[in-house]
Amino acid sequence: MIETLPALLAGAVLVAAFSIIIGLLLMGFDRIVAARMQARIGPPLTQPFTDVRKLLAKENVVPENAIPWLFNLAPIIALASAITILFYLPIGGFAPVLSGGGDLILVMYLLTLPALALVAGGFASGSPYATVGAQREMVTMIAYEFPLAIVVVAIAWRLAAAGISLPFSLATIGANPVWGLVGPLGAIGLLILLIVLLIVTPAELSRVPFDTPEAETELAGGILVEYSGKNLALFSLTQGVKTVAMASLVVALFFPYRLAAIAGISGFVGAVVDLLFYILLITLVAFISVSVIRVSMARFRINQVVSVYWIYLAIAGLAGLLLVMVDQIMGVV
Amino acid sequence: MKIPSSFNRSLWVFHLNTGSCNGCEIEIVATITPRYDPERFGIRLVGSPKHADVLLVTGPVTKKMAPRVRRVFEQVPDPKVVMCIGTCGQSGGVFYDSYNLDGPIDQVIPVDVYVPGCPPRPEAIVFGVVKALQKLERLEAEQ
Ligand code: SF4
Repeated sequence: MIETLPALLAGAVLVAAFSIIIGLLLMGFDRIVAARMQARIGPPLTQPFTDVRKLLAKENVVPENAIPWLFNLAPIIALASAITILFYLPIGGFAPVLSGGGDLILVMYLLTLPALALVAGGFASGSPYATVGAQREMVTMIAYEFPLAIVVVAIAWRLAAAGISLPFSLATIGANPVWGLVGPLGAIGLLILLIVLLIVTPAELSRVPFDTPEAETELAGGILVEYSGKNLALFSLTQGVKTVAMASLVVALFFPYRLAAIAGISGFVGAVVDLLFYILLITLVAFISVSVIRVSMARFRINQVVSVYWIYLAIAGLAGLLLVMVDQIMGVV
Repeated sequence: MKIPSSFNRSLWVFHLNTGSCNGCEIEIVATITPRYDPERFGIRLVGSPKHADVLLVTGPVTKKMAPRVRRVFEQVPDPKVVMCIGTCGQSGGVFYDSYNLDGPIDQVIPVDVYVPGCPPRPEAIVFGVVKALQKLERLEAEQ
């Protein structure tokens, strides 16, 4: 926990700048990797930066039948809330900026905020396409929330069952990597839960195959259809920051390892090693759950999205949870 | 309006059919295949005119389409480029003496680059984009 106000502000600014830069780089990385998988060369790594610079210089159109204040406020809220998530997640070897203030439950609530801002912006744009997109976004949100909750609860339950206090706190999860607590059966359960979380991630980020709210081909950009210029740039920054946040959550829950601590490096070099290791991990997570899935699949229909999450992934998640529980009970007996 | 230097490395394209025979559309789709890979230069097809920088217009503009073409053109935020793909849009092409035309395109909205051909090959469309980029660079230098 950082005590003084100036230190807190400096930390917040640093995290914001870091997450925006890494987020855009991750998006560029995703575009290159996807292009390579389709036997193309793909854009340069810095393409998202160019796109954002161009969007910032473009005209900002507010449609006639939009609600202007809400239409303009939504992108700002979306970006701000996406950055706020990262204040509660550990970045590399650094403790979260607001580490004492919140736990996993708060992070789960914060994760819905950018999506809610997007929904508000979609409804405020006064376009039928955006309205349909906003409704789909809400349905998607309801759909993926349940498997996500199962994963979070399973890990917290395992920590609590091991007699560790404050199981929902990210510091606790970071200090006790959950893989170390379970036996072989539990490890299989955790692996299933990890896969579930990796499949929740593209929906959280509205990427193919769960990009039904944006659905370029049928809804013409859906929820973002009326956004242009500065507002669209803010939304694409949000997209990048959300990618970092979701990948960080996966890393924080399942891989809270610090290379420097394992290798016994300390001080400044250790911090740098930790940070690089963390960037490597989130790139890996983004590669699997964004690039690979999006290249290999086509878009689901909205009703399929709901059944994928509520039926298949929920069952898989519950099976994982059950395996972890059985493992714990057998371990005690 | 001032053209930012990032503009010509990040062209987002919106495609508008004003009554074409679909031949030009197929060639446009061929242009964005991995063989030509325009994403190398930051070119991307977008689904909404509000996101676009380049308006690709095909077809001879029928009477019913003319007001829609104007509306879509107005919806593209400045700065913007209009490219006319296909002979139809330049002269009416095979439809030149049809009773229900309001076109060609430059009678309805201002056009920056013409790509002739019925339909033009993907190479021609790429060449048209290069011409558009050169024009943008010239405008940038003049600023
Ligand atoms: S130019 Fe030729 S191919 Fe293109 S829309 Fe017109 S008639 Fe069809």
